[in-house]
Amino acid sequence: MTSVTEEKDREVATTAEPTARRVFTFNDYMMFGAILLFGILGPILFPNYTFQIAVLWLMVLFAQTWDVMGGQMGYNSLGNIFFFGAGMYICAVTQIGLFTDVGAYTSPSDPGTFNFTPDQYYIGVAVGLVFAAIGSALLAAVLGWIVFGLRGPYFAIGTLGIALAAGELIGAWEWVGAGSGFPIPVYPGSGDGKSLFYYALCFGAAIATFLFLKWLYSTRFGLAINAIRDDEEKAEAMGIHTMRHKTAAWMISAFFLGISGGLFGNMTGFIEPLEVAFPVATFGIFMVAMALLGGKGTIWGPVLGAILFHILKEATWIYFLGWQWVALGVIIIINIVFFQQGIVGWLQERYPHWFGIEVEARSPGAKEAAE
Amino acid sequence: MSNLIEVRNVSKAFGGVVANDSISIDVPEGQITGLIGPNGSGKTTLFNSIVGYHPIDSGSIRFKGEEISNYKVQQIARLGMLRTFQQTRIYANMNCIDNMLISVPHRNATFFDMFKPYPHELYDKAESLLEFVGLYTKRKLPSGDLSFGQQKLLEFAMALMNEPEVLLLDEPTAGINPTLINGLIDRLKRANTEFGITLFVIEHNMRVIMNMADTIYCLAHGELLASGKPADIQNDQRVIDAYLGAH
Repeated sequence: MTSVTEEKDREVATTAEPTARRVFTFNDYMMFGAILLFGILGPILFPNYTFQIAVLWLMVLFAQTWDVMGGQMGYNSLGNIFFFGAGMYICAVTQIGLFTDVGAYTSPSDPGTFNFTPDQYYIGVAVGLVFAAIGSALLAAVLGWIVFGLRGPYFAIGTLGIALAAGELIGAWEWVGAGSGFPIPVYPGSGDGKSLFYYALCFGAAIATFLFLKWLYSTRFGLAINAIRDDEEKAEAMGIHTMRHKTAAWMISAFFLGISGGLFGNMTGFIEPLEVAFPVATFGIFMVAMALLGGKGTIWGPVLGAILFHILKEATWIYFLGWQWVALGVIIIINIVFFQQGIVGWLQERYPHWFGIEVEARSPGAKEAAE
Repeated sequence: MSNLIEVRNVSKAFGGVVANDSISIDVPEGQITGLIGPNGSGKTTLFNSIVGYHPIDSGSIRFKGEEISNYKVQQIARLGMLRTFQQTRIYANMNCIDNMLISVPHRNATFFDMFKPYPHELYDKAESLLEFVGLYTKRKLPSGDLSFGQQKLLEFAMALMNEPEVLLLDEPTAGINPTLINGLIDRLKRANTEFGITLFVIEHNMRVIMNMADTIYCLAHGELLASGKPADIQNDQRVIDAYLGAH
């Protein structure tokens, strides 16, 4: 490398290109526009699928929040579904507890006889979602303090244990209906009205998660959790507050997952611990599979992965009924064995310039010359 | 002249293996102190003890008069004592600029500092330090794509970005192309004189360490064998014996 090219390079750098990292690029606007368009037109064009598309947005949220830890920070949690269930229960208990006695409402002998007025319903949902978000985040702080000593596969198994244990514990807790669950307050309006109401909330939650993470990754936080992913020991040796970052990252995941849980509980109308609130083997694994399919550690990977996965899942349920789990398993195996970097990860390797990543010209001996 | 690091009678054993046996070392402020010794003599163990990587069995380690032997790695790093690794450690999936940016000092970082953006001055500083080590043209490449020698230079630049008071370098020239070594010695010396960073260097390359250090300590079999000016060490019969395996 001669000093002339270095000078030239320097000039280009100072004049043509802003050094500060930009939050949005042109590609981001295009993608985001497409998502917005689909999100708004979806329930209008396919009114019969409003519930399914709403679940799709929750899937997008799942994959994104999993990726904060799994992709950006390198901590593969298999128990993030815990915060989904925690949020669901916190939200439901708040909705009921604000206006009547929870223990009586959830008791199997007298299930859901209390009638909520529309005002009570909407206030309950609003306050419940806020509590669900904050409560889940606080739970993440406490659990993080316990499990962040674990690394790699031990962290994955430890978090999986938390989610499994939570389902069993709730199943033994009479006050919240124990294993038989309880009905959520009924939406004061038509079925279509309810679908659209929760559709809007789910869509909004997914968009809010995306925008928040997009901003988050543009701050020092983004680089810090990437550093923890690449070499946590080095990050410690450089004085980064690793525990603080890890805890905050999990709290952020839990915050949005708590909201998604509160929403999903209300959409299904009836919650119980094992199948609805802590579905470790379905949603709990899906969120990992979706992030891996799209490309973990990228901003768009989890979003695309979730959309594709949800469509594939619905297709296998329709066309391979009876074999749907096998088909889904095959997809996951192909993804893990042949395609670990996921779709966006693969694109990033193939066309790095699309993502603003510079790579060295791969001429033979280039590295030796650089020495 | 005061001592930045004072190691007093530090012992560390791994099971039955005594890696450090009652070692005492001073690292004076503003100087370059060398640490040499044959393989397995306990140099890296001593480094690890100083930076809090593992607890010591006995003795005392002071940094600027403060007892740090019970502190954790991060606390010590935030006090202004930084180490580089023998096996170079960088953040391989991030580009060089990002590697530099994340290395800013975290001394007074508050909770909400986590969510601040990077100001332009830090980009300028990162770029000028990359220029200092000769990696400016590589600044946007993923650091994992750099050669081993370049990664070493990057790690050194990251350490400078952190503005430490003392830098512990574990074999800075190991694995570096011989033609680059002179440039590296020059940069280490400039870091010492221009940036005022005290250096404590483990080095196997005698030409390098004799050329650089003000004082040299020599370890062998976990014990402090000799210390003194480079010229004295070079002529010390015990040091020569240790290196030639006369034991």
